[in-house]
Amino acid sequence: MKQVLTAGVAGLLFALGLGMGGMTDPAKVVGFLDVAGAWDPSLAFVMAGALGSYALARRVILRRAAPVLADAFPGAPSASVDGRLVAGAVLFGVGWGLSGYCPGPALVVLPVGGLTVALFVVGMVAGMGVFRALVKQPG
Amino acid sequence: MNTFLLPLLGGVLLGLGAALLLLFNGRIAGISGITGGLWTPASGDTGWRVAFIGGLMLGGVVLAAVRPSGLGAPVPTGVGTTLVAGVCVGFGTRLGSGCTSGHGVCGLARGSKRSLVATLTFMAAGAATVFVTRHLLGGLS
Repeated sequence: MKQVLTAGVAGLLFALGLGMGGMTDPAKVVGFLDVAGAWDPSLAFVMAGALGSYALARRVILRRAAPVLADAFPGAPSASVDGRLVAGAVLFGVGWGLSGYCPGPALVVLPVGGLTVALFVVGMVAGMGVFRALVKQPG
Repeated sequence: MNTFLLPLLGGVLLGLGAALLLLFNGRIAGISGITGGLWTPASGDTGWRVAFIGGLMLGGVVLAAVRPSGLGAPVPTGVGTTLVAGVCVGFGTRLGSGCTSGHGVCGLARGSKRSLVATLTFMAAGAATVFVTRHLLGGLS
């Protein structure tokens, strides 16, 4: 139960950070990806702030033997770069560039954003379901 | 202020949310992984995922009340394009084991080579897509 509460608070902070940073504004995201046009670099600062603060916090947190409410920290996943990783990233990038939404911001905007973001999330959840149905889960 | 300080502070807040999830739950704040995991429900593994997503949505409601302009408006695309974009994002993030948050923030912070390759790849693919749709096709409908 406590884990549910902390996850909810973490999600809320994450969402407020996304919104404050401008990641929830698809026009801004497309502007950030539009390197050949009127490039808007501001979202690089969201990434820098997130990466810097998380990397720092992570170092301190991992000094603990275990998380506060769980048995163990996650182990390091596979380090190898394979075709699946690259193909998945390409597909994701295409969808991101078409819509200006990646998964986090889409879920944040979902309750207040109207039909377009709802359609996007329906497609996203369906895409995850298709993956689940067609592709063997990685070990 | 708005060009870099607000995004930087937003990023720090987002990083703190991810850090909280690691500190208390021992989980990585990869949104596609958290969402996709709901497709394979396991006992005791569903509640925190639903709560995190609920927190994200609650954040949207708060943002809409406090600063609605920050949420922006969807890029004008047709129903088909929007659905295709969603499917690409959903399927692609599962195939590639992560998205902007999982690879771009958590993975890079860990110094993962996989996450670096994934991040550079989806940024390049996103930029190429915007280039084609905006500059070669003159916009989408």
